[in-house]
Amino acid sequence: MTDSKYFTTTKKGEIFELKTELNSDKKEKKREAVKKVIASMTVGKDVSALFPDVVNCMQTDNVELKKLVYLYLMNYAKSQPDLAIMAVNTFVKDCEDPNPLIRALAVRTMGCIRVDKITEYLCEPLRKCMKDEDPYVRKTAAVCVAKLHDINPTLVEDQGFVELLNDLLSDSNPMVVANAVAAITEINESRPMVRINLQTVNKLLTALNECTEWGQVFILDALANYEPKDEREAQNICERISPRLAHANAAVVLSTVKVLMKLINLLPENSDFITQLIKKLAPPMVTLLSAEPEIQYVALRNINLIVQKRPEVLKQEMKVFFVKYNDPIYVKMEKLDIMIRLAQQNNISQVLSELKEYAAEVDVDFVRKAVRAIGRCAIKVEQSSEKCVATLLDLIQTKVNYVVQEAVVVIKDIFRKYPNRYENIISNLCENLDTLDEPEARASMIWIIGEYAERIDNADELLESFVEGFHDENTQVQLQLLTAVVKLFLKRPTDTQQLVQRVLSLATQDSDNPDLRDRGYIYWRLLSADPGAAKEVVLAEKPLISEETDLLEPSLLNQLVCHIGSLASVYHKPPTSFIDATRQPLRAAPVNATNDSKTPATSQTPQHQPQSTVIPSQDNLIADLLSLDLTAPAAPSYQQPQAAIPGLDDLLGGFDMGATTNTAASLGGIGLNAPLPNPGAPPALDIFGGFGNESNNTFGFQQPPTSASNVSNGYVAPKELWLDASKGKGLQIEGTFARRNGTIFMEMVFTNKVMQPLSDFAVQFNTNSFGLTPTGPINVDAILPNQSANVEVSCRTNGEARKTDPLTSLQHKYAWKFLFN
Amino acid sequence: MSCSAIFILDLKGNVIMSRNYRGDVELTQIEKFMPLLVEKEDEGRVSPILQNGNTSYIYIKHMNIFLVSLSKKNANAALILSFLYKCVEVFSSYFKDLEEESVRDNFVVIYELLDEMMDFGYPQTTEPKILQE
Repeated sequence: MTDSKYFTTTKKGEIFELKTELNSDKKEKKREAVKKVIASMTVGKDVSALFPDVVNCMQTDNVELKKLVYLYLMNYAKSQPDLAIMAVNTFVKDCEDPNPLIRALAVRTMGCIRVDKITEYLCEPLRKCMKDEDPYVRKTAAVCVAKLHDINPTLVEDQGFVELLNDLLSDSNPMVVANAVAAITEINESRPMVRINLQTVNKLLTALNECTEWGQVFILDALANYEPKDEREAQNICERISPRLAHANAAVVLSTVKVLMKLINLLPENSDFITQLIKKLAPPMVTLLSAEPEIQYVALRNINLIVQKRPEVLKQEMKVFFVKYNDPIYVKMEKLDIMIRLAQQNNISQVLSELKEYAAEVDVDFVRKAVRAIGRCAIKVEQSSEKCVATLLDLIQTKVNYVVQEAVVVIKDIFRKYPNRYENIISNLCENLDTLDEPEARASMIWIIGEYAERIDNADELLESFVEGFHDENTQVQLQLLTAVVKLFLKRPTDTQQLVQRVLSLATQDSDNPDLRDRGYIYWRLLSADPGAAKEVVLAEKPLISEETDLLEPSLLNQLVCHIGSLASVYHKPPTSFIDATRQPLRAAPVNATNDSKTPATSQTPQHQPQSTVIPSQDNLIADLLSLDLTAPAAPSYQQPQAAIPGLDDLLGGFDMGATTNTAASLGGIGLNAPLPNPGAPPALDIFGGFGNESNNTFGFQQPPTSASNVSNGYVAPKELWLDASKGKGLQIEGTFARRNGTIFMEMVFTNKVMQPLSDFAVQFNTNSFGLTPTGPINVDAILPNQSANVEVSCRTNGEARKTDPLTSLQHKYAWKFLFN
Repeated sequence: MSCSAIFILDLKGNVIMSRNYRGDVELTQIEKFMPLLVEKEDEGRVSPILQNGNTSYIYIKHMNIFLVSLSKKNANAALILSFLYKCVEVFSSYFKDLEEESVRDNFVVIYELLDEMMDFGYPQTTEPKILQE
């Protein structure tokens, strides 16, 4: 007890000191104090207690001090939203400061503070700043619209910022145009709001030449989303952006390549123009390989895609991809990949000599890849196979363990491509059996023995030695061994009878692996039933393996080519597989949303992890109150709230208002767990099945003990605010769900916050997973201004049900209608 | 297209400074960066772009600091890497040696520069001459 005071006092001491300094009269002292506060913040100390004092320093002429105070605010405003309001006045004033730097600073900072109350105040200043006379302010305002959209997309759309942003595209200052384009591209990502048309494209192309490198990237990325109407347009754009290929900045070059690759698809194949263009693409990509190593890496991953899509681009440029000794390992591996892709007859001898040198390098992974590359070259370029095999044999002679193993694996593939051509080396291979300890190498060797059993005199001895240690082997090896022995038996039945029986019993009786057992049984039955048929099956002619085994499938390739330069092109995975779709605003257009969230992730992608530390969501119509968003990506196909019925005059101010509520919290009172204990398994339908059941078998009482909430008919969760008056055009609704005698009731309090009486209420639920729908109309008299009324609506659960996505999300929407009298 | 936050770390992975641009990535994610890097080094599969779940770490190393950018979207990797290199260039023009000590000594200037050079994850002005206004 007494010792803890030392902690508090010391803390108070430091903070107390800073407090006094912050409130001192001398400007110098203030500045020093603020710097100290920022320094403490930087090292991670919590100085949020000084919030009011720091805010007091906000009103200053000193730009440096102001910037520091703003920095502090950005950091702590979220944790102290009420105090942050104190700063709003100064912000708004600063947005009209004579100094453009201050105006821009204020707008920028306000946009970064994601506190709703401050955001409301942002709209007017932002509007003014978008039309500011100083381009610096305008460009900041353009980005600010994107920020605002991220916080509150509806606000941006309703307040007409998108149109203003569009206007900025015609601005005279190229930086403003670039930022506006960047903002539009981002807004379009979640909801296509602005269509880029030919006029815009022309403006963008004009601005392109005058922008900074970053602006050029924004513009080019936006152009990548544009679909030209015809060939001529496409050709025109190509010509105007080709000069960008010579830019020093790698991002500009890659973005240009992206646009060109896309446009080339629209031009007629084999035209002169295309050949010219493709010739132009090669030198800049080669230049990229002299950039910093990280950038080389990104470039190489992209070149991999480009070469797969348009091999003619870099056909002649093999030398550039030769590995340098001081390249980092990731660059070396990628270069090796490209070398193999570019290998053809005319450069294969060069390639092979390089590969042979690489195989003598120090880095194990690199050496293995080099050896594997030799094999792939042999398979790809037939004329080189002889040389490759010779090289591989030499490498085996080196007796370096991992080299030998890799070589064996690769030779197996060569045999599969060129059967009956290189059997003379088998004896060399057999000499090295002992060094093979990796499963893949062992399996490959066994395959070779089995396949060429008739040419290997001591095949049975070799296989027998493997069979000795059958159970210690890896599954892959066991399977291969089984097949090989059966092949051997079929080729030389006389002296291998015992061996095959042994193997079959090992596989079927002593093994746990179902694949192995099944295969064993198949062979056993085949052999006992009809050896002739067995021969036909097991020793059948096999198709030759194809040349390139790891090409990306065409649709994926096309998708990735549209994302050159981005992370998708580096990962070689589509963007949807690694972006968390929950971050997308819930009001995404249905087609886009469902496409994005329902695109099946590839098998290697990480699962969508429930983020337990989700940034609290913003206050908008579809309030995700249960932000313990344990459910799968929520891109629900919510219906938009219907617009006010046109043609109604003011008297009949009826309108439909979409309001959502999170029924989970209120339903918690009816015996449901909120949140659901197991997000994976949706018991929701079952739970509500109990409601439709009119019998007194009240579901609540039968809830298994895991249910946290204590259930009784009497408990009703307190009413929550479902509809705010400002959004409800004067009607405020607080409500909760209750259950009485087996029926669900929506109990609400309507409060009239406008000057006219309200009457004739009606409600409609959107179809939801639970089939929840009101049983009857709302029976309530007109509500006078500033009066409240209790309203009760009974609901049933056998209405039309439609799966909402996600199923377990307990949110649904209602539409409210009422009349002003 | 954009990055969510930029961090300057020392060689052990401790954060020296950070700047959060978009507010959509938790600042604790950066703590996973160093273990991930070490793991990749052990496996021999280092790359300048690391991925952990939905978060991508794009980084460069300069002297004894790492400049790491975090992103949760399909960021333009080439853009971010060239931006990070540009940052190094700009910082070096302000205080000759850019390393751990000089970062701590000049944190105020660095905050201001990071503010000017990038907004909401979009690179803005990075020319040293213009920045020295």
